[in-house]
Amino acid sequence: MRPQPLGKKRKMRTMMVPGENNRHKVLVYAISTCAWCKRAKKFLKDNNIEFEYVDVDLCANEDREKIRDNILNRGGSLSYPTIIVDNRILITGFQEDKIKEALEI
Amino acid sequence: MTTLEKVRRRAESEAKSHGYYLNPDRDFLKSLLEGIKQNEDRYGYPSCPCRLASGKFEFDKDIICPCDYREPDLEEYGHCYCALYVGKGVFEGKTTIASIPERRPLEKQTKTFTVSSEAIAEKQPEATTMATERPSGTKMKMWYCKQCGYVCFREEPPLVCPICKAKREMFARIAISTNIHG
Repeated sequence: MRPQPLGKKRKMRTMMVPGENNRHKVLVYAISTCAWCKRAKKFLKDNNIEFEYVDVDLCANEDREKIRDNILNRGGSLSYPTIIVDNRILITGFQEDKIKEALEI
Repeated sequence: MTTLEKVRRRAESEAKSHGYYLNPDRDFLKSLLEGIKQNEDRYGYPSCPCRLASGKFEFDKDIICPCDYREPDLEEYGHCYCALYVGKGVFEGKTTIASIPERRPLEKQTKTFTVSSEAIAEKQPEATTMATERPSGTKMKMWYCKQCGYVCFREEPPLVCPICKAKREMFARIAISTNIHG
């Protein structure tokens, strides 16, 4: 199933990837050309995790700025992928161990 | 439009000339090269596939592949930020590749967002302006090719490196300072 953009009301174009495991809310900030981001998305898909992602380079400027502020306010760095789990845990880069720990898999 | 093969060949010769290797994981390497190709197509220069570019050549210069952070990252982690270029340890499987911290200054990364809105507003890539504008009275500058080391002295860098055929974007300025002791 291909990822679908969420409701029209949302300003930011977030792509939703369905998965059987939706215990956690997973948001991925990625860059469309980034090989590490692709790895992270693939890892989540392979593990049947439901997640949302935004390709920052393809975003409108105002959205980009929102993303920047969101990452920096949480103490993250502007490095991609940045994965936010349950609006609480921020993981910079594709770190399999940390993702597994946060998702309890 | 460039081709994936061109991007691959350029990366191969660049790795060879510096004693580095390309990522030994074939799929990962392909994914990286495709990213670079896509950036070259959309921005006009091959900026790092794993970093957010502003679309302004002058601003993105430090992240044009091979980026300015490659050498220190290779030394510290055995591979560059995106892991296109790797050292012997990684190539031989002795060192593992991992996501490494961003070395590009935070200030530059933060500013990318502002610069990118300007770039969209202008709708004209700086690289094009650079090629056409030749204001009179411009001072001569030293330029070097980041790919092969060729050095020249002129107002603007050559369109194509006469030695290794690298594009103009691969040229960087050399700043000279003299210090005379009496």
